[in-house]
Amino acid sequence: MPRTARDVVFVDGVRTPFGKAGPKGIYHETRADDLVIKSIRELLRRNPSLPPERIDEVAVAATTQIGDQGLTLGRTAAILAGLPKSVPGFSIDRMCAGALTAVTTTAGGIAFGAYDVVVAGGVEHMGRHPMGEGVDPNPRFVSEKLVDDSALFMGMTAENLHDRFPHITKQRADEYAVRSQEKAAKAYANGKIQQDLVPISVRRSNPEAGETGWGLATTDEPMRPGTTLESLAALKTPFRAHGRVTAGNAAGLNDGATASLLAAEDVAQELGLPIKARLVSYAFAGVEPEVMGIGPVPATEKALAKAGLSIDDIGLFEVNEAFAVQVLALLDHYGIADDDERVNQYGGAIAFGHPLASSGVRLITQLASQFAEQPHVRYGLTTMCVGFGMGGTIIWENPRWSEATIKHSDGGSK
Amino acid sequence: MSTTTAELLRGAAELFPDEVVTQAHVRHIDLPGAGRFALITLDNGLDHTKPTTFGPQSLANLDKAIDQVEKEAAEGTITGVGITGKPFIFAVGADLKGVELLKKHEDALAIGKGGHEVFKRLSGLAVPTFAYYNGAAMGGGVEVGLHCAYRTVSAALPAFSLPEVFLGLVPGWGGCTILPNLIGADRAVSVIIENSLNQNKQLKGEQVYDLGIADAIFEGADFLEQSLLWTAAVLKGELEIVRPEVDRGEAWDQAVERGRFIADSKVHGAAPAAYRALDIIAAAKNGDLQQGFDAEDQALADLIMGGELRSGIYAFNLVQKRGKRPAGAPDKNLARPVSKVGVVGAGLMASQLALLFARRLEVPVVLTDIDQQRVDKGVGYVHGEIDKLLLKGRVNRDKANRLKALVSGSLDKAEAFGDADFVIEAVFEEIGVKQQVFAEVEAVVSPTAILATNTSSLSVSEMASKLEHPERVVGFHFFNPVAILPLLEIVRGEQTDDASLATAFAVAKKLKKTAVLVKDAPAFVVNRILTRFMGEIQNVIDEGTPVAVAENAIEPLGLPMSPLVLLELVGPAIGLHVSETLNRAFPDRFTVSPNLAAVVKAGKRGFYVYDSGKPELDPEVAALLVQGDSVLSAEQVRARVLDAVAQEIGLMLEEGVVAEAQDIDLCLITGAGWPFHLGGITPYLDREGVSERVNGKPFLAPGVASVPA
Repeated sequence: MPRTARDVVFVDGVRTPFGKAGPKGIYHETRADDLVIKSIRELLRRNPSLPPERIDEVAVAATTQIGDQGLTLGRTAAILAGLPKSVPGFSIDRMCAGALTAVTTTAGGIAFGAYDVVVAGGVEHMGRHPMGEGVDPNPRFVSEKLVDDSALFMGMTAENLHDRFPHITKQRADEYAVRSQEKAAKAYANGKIQQDLVPISVRRSNPEAGETGWGLATTDEPMRPGTTLESLAALKTPFRAHGRVTAGNAAGLNDGATASLLAAEDVAQELGLPIKARLVSYAFAGVEPEVMGIGPVPATEKALAKAGLSIDDIGLFEVNEAFAVQVLALLDHYGIADDDERVNQYGGAIAFGHPLASSGVRLITQLASQFAEQPHVRYGLTTMCVGFGMGGTIIWENPRWSEATIKHSDGGSK
Repeated sequence: MSTTTAELLRGAAELFPDEVVTQAHVRHIDLPGAGRFALITLDNGLDHTKPTTFGPQSLANLDKAIDQVEKEAAEGTITGVGITGKPFIFAVGADLKGVELLKKHEDALAIGKGGHEVFKRLSGLAVPTFAYYNGAAMGGGVEVGLHCAYRTVSAALPAFSLPEVFLGLVPGWGGCTILPNLIGADRAVSVIIENSLNQNKQLKGEQVYDLGIADAIFEGADFLEQSLLWTAAVLKGELEIVRPEVDRGEAWDQAVERGRFIADSKVHGAAPAAYRALDIIAAAKNGDLQQGFDAEDQALADLIMGGELRSGIYAFNLVQKRGKRPAGAPDKNLARPVSKVGVVGAGLMASQLALLFARRLEVPVVLTDIDQQRVDKGVGYVHGEIDKLLLKGRVNRDKANRLKALVSGSLDKAEAFGDADFVIEAVFEEIGVKQQVFAEVEAVVSPTAILATNTSSLSVSEMASKLEHPERVVGFHFFNPVAILPLLEIVRGEQTDDASLATAFAVAKKLKKTAVLVKDAPAFVVNRILTRFMGEIQNVIDEGTPVAVAENAIEPLGLPMSPLVLLELVGPAIGLHVSETLNRAFPDRFTVSPNLAAVVKAGKRGFYVYDSGKPELDPEVAALLVQGDSVLSAEQVRARVLDAVAQEIGLMLEEGVVAEAQDIDLCLITGAGWPFHLGGITPYLDREGVSERVNGKPFLAPGVASVPA
C-alpha cells in the first residue's frame, strides 16, 4: 500500500509555572496528574475550534511512573481532563526527553497517517518523586563495568563533561548561568513567558512555607533574577569537592507539567488551528552514559543530516539547560559563541527550572514564540541531553517564513 | 462593632468547648492583570469526611481574617477578597452540636447576631468580594457566600442547600433576607421552603447557577483557577455581571403564598420554622437587609429555644447516626457472606423484594411459587421494573442485563435454594403456612442458610419452633413501598443466634435500609403503634364522634396523612388483620372495630371518594357505619389518642421490644414517615406533657430532644 508521509505541525503548547521541589515548593500539596490535566484543559480552551473527539492520542511523559505519575497517565489524564472516553492515551519515558519523545513519537504517528491530532506533554513532580525513586539498577552495570558509578548521578556526569572539555571552565559555566537568568528576567518583563503559563491553584497547610490556604501559581518559582557571578562563585559544588557544577549553573529540582497539540498540517488547516512550527526532522542518539551531556551533539548531527541542513541553516536554538556545561559543549562543537543571540533567547532551564520529563514541550513552545516574532528565521531546533547517555533534537521550520520575508528584513540571513 | 462581635463570640465559645474549629486562612495572590488579591480559605484541618462548620470560635476566626483584609482593603493594598473552602467542601453551616447546647434565649440570640455581624462585614469591605462554592455548601456556608458581591459555583458541587427549615430553623445568617433579594422570592421559596421540606433536597452546581445564586459556573477540574481568572476579568472591568431584575410586585406575594401552601401540605401548620422563614421572606420585599437580619436573629433565637428544632436535630441525629449503627446489633464480623438469595412466593411483595435484593446485593435471586404462571408473573414484574430503570437512565444497558440475568424463577425449591445463603419468605400471613414453607426450605438448604420472614405480625419464634435449626430464623420486616421507606425491622426470635442476626444486619446495610433490632413481640414496632393509634380513632368513631372530627383531631401533629387515608393506603383488610392479631395478644388495649370489619366485609378498599378532587367520605361507607352517641371534641379525641400512644410506647419499652425510646422514634420516622418536628413521637409526647400524664415520667432525659436543663 503506497503511502505519503504527511507534514506535522506544532499547533500550540502550554505549561504550568514551574515550582521548586520540596516541602516549601508551591506544588508540595498538588498532585502531579492535576498539573497535566489542567494543562490539557487549557490547551483545549485556547483552541475552541478543535472538537475534542478529534484527538487521536494523548501521550504524557513522566520519568517516575508511579503514584500520581503512574496508572498510564496519558489515559487517566485524558479522562480526568474531560476528554471523550473515545480518546486513548499512554505514558512515555525517556527521562529528561520524555515530553520531547512524546512529541516525536506521536508526530511519527501523524506522518504515518495513524493520527490526525494528538496531545503530547510531560510532567515531573520531583518533590513527590525524587530522582531515583524506586529504581533497581541491574548489578551487571557495575560488575561488568558497563557504566561508571557516576553515570546514574546527573551532576557527576556534568563534572565528567567538564573533565572532557577542560576549556569549558566553571567561570564560563557561571557566566552562561548569569546570562540565562538575565535573559529569562527580560523575557518575563517583556511578557514573553506568561502567555504560555496555565495558572494552577495551590494549597498550602504548612505555615513555615508561607501563607496558608489556597493560592494561585502564576510565575516560575525557581527564577533568581539578579544572580551575579559573585553570588554564583560562593556556591558549593555538591557533586565533587572543588568541582565546577553548582546549583547556580545547573537546573534545579522542579515540579511542573507541559502539554502541546500537534496535528497533520492539512487537518490543522481544516480545523482552523494555528500552525506555529512545522516539523522538519528529529533524531535521538546515544553517548557514553558518564558524559550524557554531550548527547545533543550526535543527536543534532543526525537530525541535520536527515533534514539535509547544516548548522548554519539554524536561526534559533532552544537548548535545554540541564547544566551550563552541556550547553557550552554543544555550542563549542559548532563554534557558536557562548552568548550567541540565536541561542535560548528567553533564557533557559537554569532560570525557569527543569521538571525532567516535561521540559521538551517548553523548548518547543518558546521556539514557536520566537518564530512568530522573527519571520526571517526559517529553521530552529530544540535539543536536550538525556540521562543514561542520550541526546534528542528536533528541527522545526518557521511557518511564517517565506522568501518574501528575507527581502524585507535587514539582518536576517538564516 | 468588631469588639462587641468578638465578645459575643467569646461568650458563645465558652458554652461550646468541644467545637471542631474552622480556620480562616488568608493568602495573597497575584491575579494576572488585576493586582494583589486576598483569598480566604475555610478549613477545619480535617479531610472531606468531616465537613467544615461554623461554631463560635470558627466565626471568630473568620472575623479576625476579615479584620486583616478590611485593613488591607482600606489601605488599598488589595484589589478584592475571595472566600472558598477545603477540597470537596465549601462549608456546611452552623455546628449543630453547638446549637443543641444552648439553654438560654439570649445565648441563642448571640449565635444569630454573631453570624450576622461577621458575615455582613464582607459586604461592607472597600473592595469587591467573591465567594467560590467549590464543594458542599449548606446553611451558613451558603449564607457566607450570599454576603459577597459575586459568586461562582463548581459544576462538580454535589450538595447545596439551606436545610434549616428541614431541621426546624430558618436560614438566619442572611439567607431568608438576601436570597429573595438576589434571585427573587419565588426561587428563594423553592430553595428555602420547598427543597427543605422535600426531604432536604440538595441542589447541584448546575442548578445553583441556573437559579441565579452563582454568577458563573466552572467545571470541577480547574474550578478555582477559572474562578480566579473570572474574578480578574470582573475586577479589570472586562466582564460586567448583569443579574435579572427581581420582581418586587405581586409575584413576591404569590411566591410567599406558594410557600405557605407547601408548608401547609407538608407540616400542616404543626412546625413553626417554615412559617417564620416565610414571614421574613415576605418582609424582605422592601429590600431592607438590616431589618431582615434582625428578624432572622429573633426567629433563630425563638426556634432554638423551641421544641420543634430540638426534635428536628434529635431526629436528624437518629437517622444519620443511630440509623447507621443499629443499637444492639451483634459484631458485624460474625456475619456470613450472602452470595445467593431465595424468595419464597412470587407475588407483588415477593417480587419487590427480589428486585431490591438483586439491585443492592447483585447476587442471583430465585423466586419460587406454587405454579409456573405465578413464577413467570413474578419474574416478569422484576424484569419490567428493571426495564423502567433502564428507560429512566437509572441503570445502563449492561447493568440492566446483569440485573435481569440475576433474577430467575423456579418451581423446584431444591434446585432454586440448594446453594442459597439467605431465603426470605413472603407468603400468606398464616402461621401454619409459614411453618410449612420454612420446613420445606430447610429440607433443601445448608444448615447455616438464613431463613428470613417478612411477616408483619406473626411470631418469629413460633415460626422457627418446628425447625431443626431454629437459630437461623430472623424477622425481616419491610415497609411498603419497599423501594421508598427506609425502615427494616429486624426481629430476633427466641432462638436466633448472633451469626444469623449479624448476617441479617449486614444484608440490611447492603440493602441501604435503616435497620432497627426489635424483639419478637406482636406486630413489632411500627404496626403496633399505628394500630393502637388508629384503633383509638376507630373507637371514637364507633362510639359516636363524627368521622371528620376524629380525622381532623390529629391534624395539629402534622402527620403525613390522616388516619383513615393511611388505613386506605395500608388496605383496610390488612389493617383489620393486624388489629385482630393485636387484639388476641392484648385484648384490653386493642379492639377490633366492627365498623372496620363491616367496611372490609363489604369489599371496600377505602373510606373516601375523590370525585370532587377532595376526599369525601364514601356514601357507601357512611351507610355501613354504626355509631354510638358519645361525641367527643377534637381536643378530647387528640388527648385520648395521644394517651393511648404514650401508654403503648411505655409498655413496649417495659417489655423490651426495642432498646430505647430512640428506636421507637427512628422506626416511626423511617417506617411511617412521621415528621422530624415531632422527633418521631416521644419528644412531642414529652413536651406536650402526655408522657408525664400517662406514664408519670418523660421518655427522654432533658436535653436529648429538648432544651437542656
